Amino acid sequence: MKFVVKAWSNGGARAGILHLGTSTIDTPSLLLSTRKGLPHFISPDLLSCLPAPESRLLHVSPLHFLEGLSMKTISKIGGLHQLLGLHDHCFVAVPRDSIQCLPEANSTNKIGASFETPCGRLLIKAVEYMEMISSTRPELWATLADEVPAWVSDKRNKTSVDRTIKWLDECISISPASGAVFGAIVGGSSLEERRRCAQEVATRNVSGYWVGGLGLGESMDERPALLNAVIEALPEEKPRLICGLGLPEEILQGIAAGVDIFESTYIYHLTLGGFALTFPLDRTQINASNLVPSDVGSDPRKINLRASVFRKDTTPIVEGCMCYTCRNHTRAYINHLLNVHEMLAQILLEIHNTHHFLGFFRLIRDAINAGRFEEFRREFVQRWR
Amino acid sequence: MALRFEILGRFNRARAAQLTLPHFVCQTPLFMPVGTQGTIKGLTADQLEEIGCQIILGNTYHLALRPTSELIDELGGLHKFMNWPRALLTDSGGFQMVSLLHLADITEKGVTFQSPVDGKPMLLTPEESIQIQNKIGADIIMALDDVVKTTITGPRIEEAMHRTLRWIDRCIAAHKRPHDQNLFGIVQGGLDPVLRDICVRGLVDRNLPGYAIGGLAGGEDKDSFWRVVAQCTATLPEDKPRYVMGVGYPLDIVVCSALGADMYDCVYPTRTARFGTAIVPEGVLKLKHKAMAEDTRPIDPQCACMVCKNYTRAYIHSLVTKDAMGSQLLSFHNLYYMMQLSRNLHSSIVQGKFPEFVCNFLQKMFPKGDIPEWVCNAMEVAEIDISSCCAPFRYIQATKVQSNLNEDEIQAV
Repeated sequence: MKFVVKAWSNGGARAGILHLGTSTIDTPSLLLSTRKGLPHFISPDLLSCLPAPESRLLHVSPLHFLEGLSMKTISKIGGLHQLLGLHDHCFVAVPRDSIQCLPEANSTNKIGASFETPCGRLLIKAVEYMEMISSTRPELWATLADEVPAWVSDKRNKTSVDRTIKWLDECISISPASGAVFGAIVGGSSLEERRRCAQEVATRNVSGYWVGGLGLGESMDERPALLNAVIEALPEEKPRLICGLGLPEEILQGIAAGVDIFESTYIYHLTLGGFALTFPLDRTQINASNLVPSDVGSDPRKINLRASVFRKDTTPIVEGCMCYTCRNHTRAYINHLLNVHEMLAQILLEIHNTHHFLGFFRLIRDAINAGRFEEFRREFVQRWR
Repeated sequence: MALRFEILGRFNRARAAQLTLPHFVCQTPLFMPVGTQGTIKGLTADQLEEIGCQIILGNTYHLALRPTSELIDELGGLHKFMNWPRALLTDSGGFQMVSLLHLADITEKGVTFQSPVDGKPMLLTPEESIQIQNKIGADIIMALDDVVKTTITGPRIEEAMHRTLRWIDRCIAAHKRPHDQNLFGIVQGGLDPVLRDICVRGLVDRNLPGYAIGGLAGGEDKDSFWRVVAQCTATLPEDKPRYVMGVGYPLDIVVCSALGADMYDCVYPTRTARFGTAIVPEGVLKLKHKAMAEDTRPIDPQCACMVCKNYTRAYIHSLVTKDAMGSQLLSFHNLYYMMQLSRNLHSSIVQGKFPEFVCNFLQKMFPKGDIPEWVCNAMEVAEIDISSCCAPFRYIQATKVQSNLNEDEIQAV
């Protein structure tokens, strides 16, 4: 793995280039969320219709495979690329998956980290986690962390930092030859603990940093200070990855603090809800005739395709959008599919929403490169509130 | 008539043909996947084109409910609504009503039922069924028939057959688009050869673009099933397509094709995929089975589909019944299998290699040579020599009555 920062804009925000596996990805970038390595709905042969290379970073939680597939079998098959038939993509392994593998801080103990998953509560030891990493062989992986929500006691919080550092050292010592390792940084809502953890992890031999324990109950207002406390202690030249910041404003917040890579569940939740992103990404989209006007009282940045107003709407979700869904299908058809509970609705929505959200990241990178990130952020938040 | 049917090759009763429809030029024999509500569950139009789907079925009953035929018509027809560039076929809506609805009843006027939306009493007449199908705009539309289960006996069957003939005239009269939609008649008559014969003659008299063999695939034993198909294909006109409704088991399709049928439809491949079952040359493969968790082979090593080229049984096993992706991938494979079967039937007949194909097919499915008696009997009538695939003691008693809607039991490969 190689990472180079190319441009800065007003403070913490930076644009960079990440060389990972066979891909060269511009940052800030988005990890697409997956279930057992494949997207929730977009089938693998349709992945190539998403913009490349920015759609090639996939977030994988190795814990997903514990439901039905042994690590031995995955190893025998040859790791994630072979298992999933995706040879052009890069896998970023983080144990936490903000949709279905959430850290269960009350059950985590000195033996391992606890997660609430569809196959029950699992306790994962560092050595077990490393077995998963060496079997799945992701290009990049984060060390095992004890993530705690904002409301735990100071004592519990401090313990989480100590444990996370201990597990980090354990993971690194068992580390397989290949795959870049990102050190996990926690610390809950305590500026002091966040700083302490970051300073410790900064001394370890890692390729980058994974900021954990956020998106677990802290408010958006608290976050900038916590992020700054962490980032200030970290070297500039190594990339930072964060989980749990979903909404566009949260992403912008993270970028302003200096985060480079994001795992977000925004697309998943939009898709499940029947929503499609519509905020314009460029001039042609701003002038589109089928944009829902903001004085109608609805959400200007997305539409709910279940709404009966779309029953006969033969326009695409976003005029001028080049995604598979907008090139081939109408709002009316998707409205029908949602009403009759057909899976194709989610497939088409996940394609469009992914395409659109990746477009949002492109706008961010353009703004950073042009030195106008703060302006872009201000405008976005104000306009699409 | 809005179709052309040109036979390109034969082997005894089996035929390979080119069926030219308004939206697509098809090759028969062919299998039509069922896209009940304007979509094949979990697959995009692009994927369907890629695996070679030629005609897709839409269910009139479901589409008339949602989004309604008026809306489909207003938006330019079902092809445009779904963005499906190839051919479509709609059924009459009658079967769904009888099978899905509580208190559906058939009278001379039509099918009376309770609206599933508000419980109001409603009536689907032959005229209205055709009107709805005219609005939907499929290349092939089906006449409203009086369909009875083959497991029923008695005067009801004869009544239904005669009514079907009376209704065909009403369907023909109501059909406003014969220039771009082909109205197929449906042969009824239960398992009674005399009734079936009367019905065939009656429909042939009306000189329709194509004919369906209905009322089967509903629980009758296989021996009765193939005999009805054989009788109908022997008496229906040679130069028009024959569509056996509700048939989806590969074995049934091969037998019916040997007997001279051209088109098939069934929910089986996609439905069984959602239960975690893959269709393979040996029969079926139940991916849910624990043994699959360690199996690093593809579902079917002979299959060229995206799923078999990229995924192991172990990985699919981890997905099925738990993640939507599992259904999608299995549906993709199962439909690819059915399309490949269609292609193989067509090409083997055209190339004069049909008996070899049939033997090969049967050998893979029955490696011990224990081919069911009904298949042997049917192949004898079709004049296809399958003695090379049969074990010496070939008259195995068929002890199990198999319904076309049940799943095959077979050991995991």
